[in-house]
Amino acid sequence: MQSLNHGPTAGLGLKPAHYDEALASPAVGLWFEVHPENYMVDGGPRLAWLDAIRREKPLSLHGVGLSLAADEAPDAGHLARLKALADRYEPFVMSEHLAWSKRRGTYHPDLLPFPRTRAMLARIVENVDRAQTALGRRLLIENPSLYLALEGHELGEVEFLDALAGATGCGLLVDVNNVFVSARNLGFSAEAYLDALPAEAIGEVHLAGHTPDPNHGETLLIDSHDAPVAEAVWTLYARLIARVGPRPTLVERDDNIPAFAELMAERDRAHAALAPAARAPLPEAAHG
Amino acid sequence: MADFHDAFEAALGGDAAALKPWLPDTEAPGLKVYRNTIARGRAEVLAAAFPTVARLTGEDWFRAAALEFARAHPPGEPAMDRYGAGFPDWLAQFPPARDLPYLAPVARLDRAFSEAHAAPDAPVLDPAGAAVMDTAALYAARAELHPSARVFWFDWTVASIWLSERGFEPADTLAWTQQAEGVLVVRPQMTVTAVRLDRAQAAFLRACRDGATLGQAATKAFTADLAADLRSLFTALLRAGAFTRLHAQS
Repeated sequence: MQSLNHGPTAGLGLKPAHYDEALASPAVGLWFEVHPENYMVDGGPRLAWLDAIRREKPLSLHGVGLSLAADEAPDAGHLARLKALADRYEPFVMSEHLAWSKRRGTYHPDLLPFPRTRAMLARIVENVDRAQTALGRRLLIENPSLYLALEGHELGEVEFLDALAGATGCGLLVDVNNVFVSARNLGFSAEAYLDALPAEAIGEVHLAGHTPDPNHGETLLIDSHDAPVAEAVWTLYARLIARVGPRPTLVERDDNIPAFAELMAERDRAHAALAPAARAPLPEAAHG
Repeated sequence: MADFHDAFEAALGGDAAALKPWLPDTEAPGLKVYRNTIARGRAEVLAAAFPTVARLTGEDWFRAAALEFARAHPPGEPAMDRYGAGFPDWLAQFPPARDLPYLAPVARLDRAFSEAHAAPDAPVLDPAGAAVMDTAALYAARAELHPSARVFWFDWTVASIWLSERGFEPADTLAWTQQAEGVLVVRPQMTVTAVRLDRAQAAFLRACRDGATLGQAATKAFTADLAADLRSLFTALLRAGAFTRLHAQS
């Protein structure tokens, strides 16, 4: 099995339609990310495909179902299935979201928000601890896309993530598109958010496309993963990398999926941005 | 903190007022984003799991039915592969489907395909293993069905409709008529296959599935069809990959 021996490089979200091309791609440093929930099966072709991919490329497991921000502990059965996949595929990184999706036996296929109170911080610290202990691995936690200006926050999102990382040893997965979408929807500065993130905690970066809401236009952006990465997001990405240094970076696409080559072109752009020559500090972004 | 989560779930269900302490604007457009994403996620999972039903009913009809099913039976797990196990039975009781009697049985076959796709990997019984046993030992043995195998027998032409819609058989002008048909859905290696069963084969396989010895299963096959040729019946089922192993009588 290959490991990430080229330093932090750029990867691609693996889609079933692209298995063959993904497997055959000679791109240097290419790695793939999947949602483990799609591979929680007893057997069959899906696991066989992922086995084949993993023999050739490094893999990241990016979960959507631990529901770390629920008002209850993560589901023990789900954790056990996650651990079985981690043991089988030895991902170079595992990640989850600062959100909830399941409680009291009902799963909502979305990443839901919550008021960032100190009580919720304590709950999520406990949940991340529990998950990391059960998995025997460190998790990276991803900032969500937000659509509602909830009241009752006691901490800012960066402050909350920083405290979570400090208390649990987890790292951060910075989704630059989510920062852009949330900043637009809630009216804060994406640049200030990115500049305040604790650099040492950042273990991975996500890039994806968004779309304006059909009824509300540019005032309500949807984290739809159905379009190329926006230029504004590439600009924010360059700013982040200039400050914190190169980090494994993933281009995600989950809908309106184009040809593999088209996705690879976006991935290659991220890959080039991570190369040393591309990372000469930008004068306007070198501080921060 | 449970208060917030309870209130948010109520707001997802349409009661935005419950969320007022955290969201005074009950018309906040962001709420709709969450509601839409969840509805879409559930409908898409069901459409992917029941493609034949979706094709036969059309996208809009299917989506409306899927959302109504999901409201009554929301998914419990983030691993959504097993979601929808109750959908065929629910469809059978769904009033708008009353005039579409083939939908529920077609849904069962879609479900069988998904289950076979994700079933545990297991070897297929090697016909040579059965060939070396003498007849008495063979009749006393039990043949364990492959873990992916699902056996069906219908009184109407469900199998014809499904096999043709899923591309296992050439598309034909299909009639919904009262004509008994059987089908075996199984994944011997990495590809899900479906083969027609005659009355004797279906009776034989169901007996094996329910724990009968091969001798008892043979009796069932003859009861179903006095003219059954047991040797060719067993050979055909072995070739289809219906069994994973033989358990000799101990």
